[in-house]
Amino acid sequence: MDLFEYQARDLFESHNIPVLAGAVATTADEAAQAAEVMGGRVVVKAQVKIGGRGKAGGVKVAENAADAKEKASAILGMDIKGHTVHKVMIAQAAPIAEEYYMAILLDRANRNFLVMASVAGGMEIEEVAHTQPEKLARVGIDPNVGISSELALEIVRKGQFPSAVEKDVADVLLKLWAAFVAEDATLMEINPLVKTEDGRIIALDGKVTLDDSADFRHADHEALVDKSAANPLEAAAKEKGLNYVKLSGEVGIIGNGAGLVMSTLDVVAYAGEKYGVKPANFLDIGGGASAEVMANGLSIILGDPEVKSVFVNVFGGITACDAVANGIVQALAMLGDKATKPIVVRLDGNNVLEGRRILHEAAHPLVQQLDTMDGAAAKAAELAAK
Amino acid sequence: MAIFINENSKVIVQGMTGSEGTKHTRRMIASGTNIVGGVTPGKGGQSVEIEGKTLPVFNSVSEAVAATGANASVVFVPPKFAKAAVIDAIDAALPLVVVITEGIPVHDSAAFYAYAKSKGTTQLVGPNCPGLISPGKSNLGIIPADITGPGRIGLVSKSGTLTYQMMYELRDFGFSTAVGIGGDPIIGTTHIDCLRAFQDDPDTDAIVMIGEIGGDAEERAAAFIAEYVTKPVVGYVAGFTAPEGKTMGHAGAIVSGSSGTAAAKKEALEAAGVAVGKTPSETAALMRKILQG
Repeated sequence: MDLFEYQARDLFESHNIPVLAGAVATTADEAAQAAEVMGGRVVVKAQVKIGGRGKAGGVKVAENAADAKEKASAILGMDIKGHTVHKVMIAQAAPIAEEYYMAILLDRANRNFLVMASVAGGMEIEEVAHTQPEKLARVGIDPNVGISSELALEIVRKGQFPSAVEKDVADVLLKLWAAFVAEDATLMEINPLVKTEDGRIIALDGKVTLDDSADFRHADHEALVDKSAANPLEAAAKEKGLNYVKLSGEVGIIGNGAGLVMSTLDVVAYAGEKYGVKPANFLDIGGGASAEVMANGLSIILGDPEVKSVFVNVFGGITACDAVANGIVQALAMLGDKATKPIVVRLDGNNVLEGRRILHEAAHPLVQQLDTMDGAAAKAAELAAK
Repeated sequence: MAIFINENSKVIVQGMTGSEGTKHTRRMIASGTNIVGGVTPGKGGQSVEIEGKTLPVFNSVSEAVAATGANASVVFVPPKFAKAAVIDAIDAALPLVVVITEGIPVHDSAAFYAYAKSKGTTQLVGPNCPGLISPGKSNLGIIPADITGPGRIGLVSKSGTLTYQMMYELRDFGFSTAVGIGGDPIIGTTHIDCLRAFQDDPDTDAIVMIGEIGGDAEERAAAFIAEYVTKPVVGYVAGFTAPEGKTMGHAGAIVSGSSGTAAAKKEALEAAGVAVGKTPSETAALMRKILQG
């Protein structure tokens, strides 16, 4: 889960990482109020989970509360690369002397964690890595060892921070590492980390990604979920524990296993070129495709008004094809009149003959079977085009 | 021969007394795997009857190894307790540990991977993987044993059901070993590890490599193939039509910006001389052509 900037700020603050005062607002009036409380100059910042908001006009300085109201009302509702701005953060303005960079992230290639720190901040770190690599410290961290005070200082020196601030910056790094571990983060980035004119080191903007798999030990992370952003079908699917992603197409897809479902999307997209149709969703019902899971999946997909046909693509592994076939039959019985769209089923693998026989005997008027993934994808695409 | 496992593999199941563990222990025994016991902390001293075999349960992996001579483990322990289970196996210096469990926090995987690496005595496969099978010899995990039999193709894949699909497409040839390495951001055995092992395995003639969107493991595998692998390799990458910024099921499967796209992976593989199919059936056809000359 990616956090909004204001959530990252709050999380940093709770781990004693120095931040400036900041408050979130969903209306221009709330923004004005927050600016009033803060007093003086503030920055009004669009809260979207995508980069480039400054260039898009989503970050503005306001001189006072009235100005903040005006700026907030211009930013709220703005579209930034397809993300609508529903919230702004009102942040205390600070006179900045220098901008630095610091991040800790999961390094998939090296299978450990990576610290990056640089005296050159405020811009895209890829650019720093490209143009001034000597100013960027990149240090792998053993998860079982962590970052000692000595290592933190060494990293900061490698990142060419001025000696006057290296102790304070190293201190921020240690706190960031503690937060990274405590919150089960996969990314914590401070960009920019600034030195103010009065010499304080402050995390001015942050990006945080938390590991959803660790939710079981972080009851408080649930509150960070942005429920407004979820598509209603995605929200309904999540409630039922289904792994569903809404896409913009006409062929509903259900399959078992993430890889096979991704592959099914591809095969349907290729088959759909001829008919001008595309996959409508990703839905992985996982290994245990019980009747109930199948019914939940089918009902989500049939509830998508854009869906014109459904392709159920299952390779029977642990869950045998006869169980999947029974699931489909029972799901259709449970859905009754709500099932209105043609369903193409392709079963293969464990107990396939029995599975096909069950569907054949049930002879549901909406269901037709094809033997191969390619053939079934073509049929589902053709049906969606009609 | 086969890679990583063979008919001499003596296997314990961590979490054998749980419902998943019991179910899959039964299946593994039925497909010829030499299961010698299980580990469930707190249940040591008991025994369970599975597929007509009486299997002892131990409190720790080291006890299990001392009593049975086990040299491999399959882990079905739930995410909360998986880290402790894997550390237990590493402490016992078990040569091979296959972690099936899905949903392990990545900080836990990072910790046990680093621990295994520092000890240098345990190869991890997974987590969040279907395991590996050398048909007719041994089956560690949840790959259905009846899809196909022994043969001379090696297969490595991030995805479980795509592994099954590809084994099915090429069932008339059979496989030396099929390895599902898992779709998590941190995994113990990579495409490269398997490619190296298949290249070195005299009983593997050709290799199928299945990847998916996200990360750059396929690109690194392509570089490795160019440098090390002389056997024919065909490839498939799932997720050509996946949109940016949407995680597709596996924690690692996401296209962000221009990185992690299927097109980039295909290009890298083709540059390394790998024939890449657009679909599983096309990929199988490419392999068929190679094997039939």
